[in-house]
Order: sequence, then structure tokens, then C-alpha cells
Amino acid sequence: MFNTLRTLLLTALHAFHRRATVQYPEQQPYLPPRYRGRIILSRDPDGMERCVACNLCAVACPVDCISLQKTETDGRWYPEYFRINFSRCIFCGFCEEACPTYAIQLTPDFEMGEYARPNLVYEKEDLLISGTGKYPDYSFYNVAGIPIPGKARGASERERPPVDLHSLLP
Amino acid sequence: MTTIRIDGRDWPTRSDINLLQACLEAGANLPYFCWHPELGSVGACRQCAIKQFSGPEDRKGRIVMACMTPVSENAIISIDDPEARDFRASVIEWMMVNHPYDCPVCEEGGECHLQDMTVMTGHNTRRYRFTKRTHRNQDLGPFVKHEMNRCIACYRCVRFYRDYAGGDDLAAFASHDNVYFGRAEDGTLQNAFSGNLVEICPTGVFTDKPFSAVYTRKWDMRGAPSVCVHCAVGCNTIVNAREETLRRVLNRYNTDINRYVLCDRGRFGHGFVNAPTRIRTPLRIIDGQQVPVPTADALTAFAHMATKGRVVGIASSRAALETCFSLWALVGAKHFSTGQTRQEQECAELAHALLTRHPGALPTLHEMESADAVLVLGEDVCATAPRLGLSLHQSVRQASFHTADNAKVPRWMDAAVRTLGSECPSTLHILTPAPTDLDSVAAETFHAAPDDIARLGFAIAHEIDPSAPPVTDLTPDDAARVARLAQTLMAARKPLIVSGMQYGSRALMQATSSIAAALARTTPAAGLSLVLPECNSMGLAMMGGLSLETVMEQARAGEIFTLIVVENDLTRHLDPADVADLVATVPNIVVIDHTMTPLCQHASLVLPIAAFSECNGTLVNQEGRAQRFFQAVFPPAPIQAGWRWIQTLARGLDPSTLPVTGLIGWGSLDAVLAALATAFPGLAPAAMAAPGGDYRINGEKLRSQTYRASGRTVIRSFVSVRDQPPPASPDTPFSSSMEGAYEPDMPGALVSFYQTPAWNSVQALNRFQFEIGGPLRGGPSGICLLSPAENKNTQARPYTYTTDIPPPYVPQANVVLVLPDTRLFGSEELSMFSPPIMERSSAPTLGLPANTATSDRMMLHLEDGPHVLPVKPVPGLPADTALCPAHMVARAFRFPRMARLEDFPGEGERT
Repeated sequence: MFNTLRTLLLTALHAFHRRATVQYPEQQPYLPPRYRGRIILSRDPDGMERCVACNLCAVACPVDCISLQKTETDGRWYPEYFRINFSRCIFCGFCEEACPTYAIQLTPDFEMGEYARPNLVYEKEDLLISGTGKYPDYSFYNVAGIPIPGKARGASERERPPVDLHSLLP
Repeated sequence: MTTIRIDGRDWPTRSDINLLQACLEAGANLPYFCWHPELGSVGACRQCAIKQFSGPEDRKGRIVMACMTPVSENAIISIDDPEARDFRASVIEWMMVNHPYDCPVCEEGGECHLQDMTVMTGHNTRRYRFTKRTHRNQDLGPFVKHEMNRCIACYRCVRFYRDYAGGDDLAAFASHDNVYFGRAEDGTLQNAFSGNLVEICPTGVFTDKPFSAVYTRKWDMRGAPSVCVHCAVGCNTIVNAREETLRRVLNRYNTDINRYVLCDRGRFGHGFVNAPTRIRTPLRIIDGQQVPVPTADALTAFAHMATKGRVVGIASSRAALETCFSLWALVGAKHFSTGQTRQEQECAELAHALLTRHPGALPTLHEMESADAVLVLGEDVCATAPRLGLSLHQSVRQASFHTADNAKVPRWMDAAVRTLGSECPSTLHILTPAPTDLDSVAAETFHAAPDDIARLGFAIAHEIDPSAPPVTDLTPDDAARVARLAQTLMAARKPLIVSGMQYGSRALMQATSSIAAALARTTPAAGLSLVLPECNSMGLAMMGGLSLETVMEQARAGEIFTLIVVENDLTRHLDPADVADLVATVPNIVVIDHTMTPLCQHASLVLPIAAFSECNGTLVNQEGRAQRFFQAVFPPAPIQAGWRWIQTLARGLDPSTLPVTGLIGWGSLDAVLAALATAFPGLAPAAMAAPGGDYRINGEKLRSQTYRASGRTVIRSFVSVRDQPPPASPDTPFSSSMEGAYEPDMPGALVSFYQTPAWNSVQALNRFQFEIGGPLRGGPSGICLLSPAENKNTQARPYTYTTDIPPPYVPQANVVLVLPDTRLFGSEELSMFSPPIMERSSAPTLGLPANTATSDRMMLHLEDGPHVLPVKPVPGLPADTALCPAHMVARAFRFPRMARLEDFPGEGERT
């Protein structure tokens, strides 16, 4: 008898608690910047594509939903196409961890519902954003050894100018 | 055999190897860089440090370089010793000090020996905080990309390029930290084996340039064991494909043939597969124009043609055995042509007969490397069979090996053996009309007209065996040369005589066979090797058929109504007048080919066939070895294998028109091979060239992708987001996906890529061998149709020498003897559709004896009219001969032939 009354009391007390229900979508929840939602491809601080088509995201992907093809302009590697099948993606974030250039990033956007599955296949133009995403200062080609337009050989961070092979000095 | 103790475990091992090899053979993971099975040890990189103990009581031990220490009885070594581990970790840390942060944009990444070894050593954090040394790169031509910053100075590239392949335009420059591997100045690497730098280099300094343009990581590509189609040597290759396009060709180890090295034509000649010249749909002439038509329409058209009159089939020496045989089954033996001119066919059939009758040995390429006296008779092997030329280049080292053995220097001690070898005389003797690339390492070269060389050959045979027919009227010089060569050959334990079809001379091959047979009386190891022109020349010679001349006669007589030409560009064999005749007299020409050749313009029906990377088939190389190639690409319909096209054509026929009973029922490649075995018993073993389509390991198919292939659920999703089952074929034991068995012990003919845990680069090959440099664990790849047993039987019968000795070549007034200048890049048909090979081939020139050219451009009158060619003086070329690039000036080039040569009249205006 006592237990029954106690239960009724406790249940009644909940009526005065703060409400847990969020009025989504009118009321948007707070998602931290490192929330793992929709995947984007970011750009360098100088506005060039960050992705160098190294394929590491594709190989890290446990559901094999990333595919791309390398192409090259003036020494810079680019993806010729970059495709993610979001109907397969499990938003594990392995691709972001694998990316050596901070190009592929997961964003706090999860609102990706579609009526037709083909609409969940994102191509490069759907993925590429115009900003740097979470890493505003990083540029892979500043540290990589290969020259690109605007950065001569030996001009990367912590590099000496090229060796003069004709010099006889030791 | 001896025993060594590695980290407390006893391993049986061989006594003539070094500790590094012994450790690798024992399955240990010991990092190394500068050592290579084919190049030996130099101890340059210091990476394979291990600890050796002087006895069981020795607790301290000493660090030694495993690659420089011979295996000794009961040696006690430790790989896991903490001091040795620290040593190796420090070495790799030093190597990585200047290594750029490039892996994401490096073509080697994912199959990089340096990555593997760095992970193996445990070096994962850079402590070096100072600046890195950088180098400028060079443009090394259309094949190889150069990125010097990635170098770790192991010296493998120059040791391969200079010492092994005989090149001289790649060298080490500068010193200490600045050491640089490249050319003296930018320019194309000239050696025919430059592409191997891609595989030899343990890092990404040298990478595959055509592959870089369509780059894909190793783990993403489907692999398939294949056989090179660009010459008759039959080097084994791995073809890599992704998204149903061929990406690259890699070397596949075959202990008997190509081993670790592939020539540039084989490595980069595959471009014809993806070229715009590919035929992808059936084409039919409608209202005088060739238009794409559906397959059903093409089949109806063919069925209509076949009812009207006789169908004759022309096969090709570049088509697979199955394709040729299915055509034979469709048209019948009486109407089956080999697609070769009478001269080519007779030469190929003679080569087969001579090899079958040869009482001595038929050496493999690897056995040729240990020949101690080589005579090349009238064949520029460096152009017609480049990999064979490289084997002969290695045979020159035999003397240095014997000297090293006497001096008790192990053969793998590379620098020491080469130093000893610098004093040793060469054992290579070359008698050719034109200079060859091997001349520089030959003991003796002599240039004369093909008939004169054949006469010298017959004379040598007579000198060795007096029962061979003599050659009269030799000049004293020639007689002395003959005596000298006969002496050398008779003194050798493993002599080898090489010739071929390059000059279309039966006498040359007869002479070669006579010498080899004469030697074989006393030296059973006397070897004979004959170079054929195309990848399946030998297979076709074993099948036989009509020559093109016979077909022409039938056509002119109006007996042929339909001509089926399979994978054959007749314009390369027939003169333009003959081709015009053929087109005029044969109402219907059906061309089944993968590439739009000039012949296709004349065809009333063109059907798209699968190229070597897209179908399965068997090729017989020049030594009679049947080898299977497998598909890496599943081509979209209507492209299909040659035999399937012919079967489709047969199915569309009214049974009364052609008796094609067996052909229609074939369900898979194995059924074709079974029928082939019944029809041609000599070719029956070809079915055993590789396991059949029903071969399984533990009930599973073999996988042709790595376990980590990516993009499975997305790669096709732009077409359809629904998952499709992976393509399958009943012809192969491979699954087209990453599912299935894969192990180092699988049959040698079925190795589709090399990868084992911790070894992702091609260096993983050592896990597929019991003994490094020995046969594959899974057994040999391919099967020899000309078995040694057959030779034993013929040994009872005495070899009958031919008495058909040609007269000496007598120059005639106003004409020159035109000889083919076969080129590595340019003379072969298919590779010339490949962009990098096209870029590498040079413009045709007319080679004339030095100091005989009267102007720098001359006009050569061939059958198809006059050709104006720039003149290139060729020192050593015999008088009254001219060298004309085969198939590059006149498309059909028959040789040797006499032609008029005159000054180009417009000479004055040009300058």
C-alpha cells in the first residue's frame, strides 16, 4: 500500500521537473563542433582544394562508401571525382582521422533525410565547401616536399634550398 | 645444407647464401634496402644489422650486416636482440631525416618498401628538428618519374641500371648527404629496362609515369596474372585494373623466364587497351559508311554472308590459342589460314621443327644466364626479344662467377665479384648484319649479310662436327674466325646458340641448329634458342594452316565469299596492291579485333574483341611454353573474348551452312581447351598451363583484390545506388572481388598480386618462394610443350644436317639489300598504340654503311613506291646493304629484298 502511494507521488513529482523533450525542429539542439555528421571536403587557407586524393579515407572506411580517383595539375594532386554514398555511411569518422591533410571533415549537420536513395550519393561538388572547416591554418603543401605553383622546391617548412650538384664544396 | 640458429630456433638453410637471405627464407621479418635477389649485396644501407654470436657461451655477440655475412655452419644469430633492434631503429631514423612528408601524394605509397621497413623497425616519430636537404628532379622521359627528395641512397638504381642492364645514362652524383641519382642532364632514360627502376627502387624516387596519370593505390586494384603480348619471349606480368580500366602492368616472377625484370615495351606497351583506337561496338557498312550496329544486327548480317558462299578464316600470331582454334573449328582446317606470309610461316614452322629435333638442351632464359659461351647468329635480340637480350647480357658474367668461386668469394658479394670480373674476358660472340646493343659487351662482333652469316654458321658446324656439310670458298679471315669460334664453343660446358626470324632467313636458323646439334654430340647441355616475332607465333606454328599467299590465290580465283580476320592487320603482311586485290575480290571481310587497324576500314563487318587484359587465354612462347593469361577487366558488352565471338557467330548460323558441331556447345575456356587437345594432340598440355576454371582453395575461389579494396558500396552508385553482384566468369578460378582465398602457396600461375602481412611492396615476393630466386612455392607457371623427353627420343636418331647452304651474298649494281631495322619501340604493332611508347619511338631513318651516303636524305624504292628518308650512317654495316625500320616506312615490309636507292632530288632546297 505504502509502495503504491510512493510510486504515485514520485510520478506526480515529475510533472514539475524540467522537460526533456526538445521541440525539434523548431528548437535546434546544441551540437559540438566535433559532432560526427554530414561529411564535407574543405579548402586550404589559400582557397585551393585540400584533398590530395591519397585514398586513405576510402581505405579507412569500414563500409567502403568513399570512392575517388586521383588527377594532377602542376604537381598538385586532386580528386577527379570524389563520391560518398551517404546511404551507406555510418558516420564513424574514421575517414577524418585518416586524412593527412584535414580535407575530409565531419560537421554537426545530421539533417540528411531523403525520399530516394540516389539523392544520398554525394559527388565532389556537393561535398566541397569554400572554407577551411575546423582547421583554419593548415595547408598540406606547406609541409610536403613537392613544389607547387607559388612554392618552389626546397621552400616548404623546414627545408633547405635545393643542393647545387655542380658545387665541389663538401 | 646447413643449420643456423635464429633467436634460439634452428633453421635448415643453404650454405652458399648470406644471413639476410637465410633469415628471409626462414620467414623472419628483417628489414633491408640495398640487397636485391638479382643484384646481390653491397652493404650500402646498414639496415639489416643483426647480432651474431661466436658460440653458445657467447652472451655479448657482435653486430654484423646480415647481407654481407655468409651463412656458416651452426651460426647463432639474433634478430630480436635489443642492441640490434636499436641499431636498426637508428639507421632508419637517419634515413628518414631528409625524407619529405610526401606519402599522401607519392605513387609508391601503400606499396612502398620504405614504408614497410619503417613500420617493421618501429620508427614512428621524427625527432629531427632541423631543416631537410632537398634536390631538384629531372625529366627522365615518358616512362619514369623522378622525385629525388625521397631517396635513401641505397644505390639499387644505379647498380641495376648500369651493372645489370648495361645502361650508362644514370649515375650517382655528389657526395655524403647530397648524393644524387640521375642523369648528367635532363633527358629520356635510354636503356630498354628503365621501367624496372620503378620496382627496383625501394622508395618513391622512380615511379611509373603513365600509371601516375591514372593512379590508384595498390590495394584498390584488381590484379590478374597475365602474359606479355609484345614479343614471343612470354614474360609473365601482373595486370592491374580498377573501374574496368587497365591501370598498369607489373612484373610477375617466373623463375624460368623474366624473373625480376621486364622490358619497357612490355611494361608500358599496354596503352593500346585504353586507347581511343579501341573498337567498342560492332560496326557494319550501311550505305557505304561504317556505323555502329547492335550485336543482333551484326549476327544476322554474318549469317546472311555465310549462306552465300565459302567462309575462310585468317587467324593471327598475336591472338590467343583458343581464339585461333575456335576460328579453325568454325571454318574447318581446309579454310584456316595462319595469317602469315609464306616466308613468315615457313620460318616459324622451321623454328618449331628445329627446336623439336634439337638433340641438346632448350634453355630457359634463366638457364641462358649461366651459358659460358654464347653465339648470336643474325638476330638483334635486344630489339626482337629484349628480355632474352638481357639474359645474354648476364651470361657475360659467367667468367667472373667462376673466378669468384676460385677466389672463394661468394657470388652474391656483388662489388667484389664485379671487381674480379673486370679482368674476365667476355663469352658473347655476335654475328649480325647490323650492330646491336649487346655489341659493347661482346668478345667479338662481325657484321655481314644474312646469307654470309649463315655460311659462317654452317662452316662452324662443319668445324665442330666434320660430318656436317662443309662450306667452300671461305676467305682466310672467315676461316680463321670460324676456327676460333668453333674452338670457343667446343671448349664451353654450356654453349648456347641464338638466332631468329628477324631477317626472315631459313638458312640462318638452319645454320644455328646445325651448330647446336654439332655441339650436342659432345656437350649435351648445348643450347639452342630461336627468336620468333609474336606472342603466339609458336602456338600457331604448331597448329598450321594456309599461308596468306594461298588465301590470295583463292581470293583472286573468286573462291572466297566471306573472309573472317581475327586480330590480324593484314596490311602489315600484304603489300597495298595485294590488300586492294583482296578487298576487290572478296565480297565480305569480317574483322574481329580490339583495335581500329587500317584493315578495319575495308571491313564490311567489324566486331569488338576483348584485349589481353579483358579475357582469358593461352599463349605459346618461342621456347614452346604454354602460358595462361587471366582477365583483370570485365569489359562491357558487346566486347567479349575471341572464341566467344566466334561461337556467337556459329550459333547464329543455319547448321547446314557450316558444320560447326563442337564449337556451339563450349561453355567455358576449359571446354575449348579440351576440344583443342582432341584436335591438336601436340597442344594438349596447354590445358595444364594453369589450373582450370573449377580450381578452388579450401572450396573458395581465389581473390583478385586485396582484402582492403575500397569503395565497394559507392564506386558504381552514380549509375545505380543498388549494390550489384561482382562480375564473374566461368573461365577463371578467380573471384573478381576481395572475397576468396589468397596465400603464398597458391599455384604460381595464379598469383594475382604480391602481398603478405607486413610486406606490401613487390618485395613481398620473397614470401612466395622457398628459396629466394628459386621457384615459386605454388609450383611453376606454364607448361613446356616441347618437352625434354621428346628430345631424348630423337637423340637415338642421328641429327641430319641440312645441305642447303646459301651462296655468298653478291652485291648487284644499282640496288641495295634492304634489311629490317627492328626497333624496340616502333616495330611492334600493338605497343605503338600506347601513348608512352609512341612518344619514345623515333622517326624512321635509313641506315647506310658509314661514309657511303651521298646526301643526308635518300629515296628508297619499295614495292609501295618511293620513300624519302633521312640517312643515318651505321658503322660496321656491310657494304651494299641498307637498314630500313620494319613496318615504319612501308607498312607491309617483306625482307630481305633488293631495292633501288637514289639521292633525294630536293636536297638543295631543304637547307
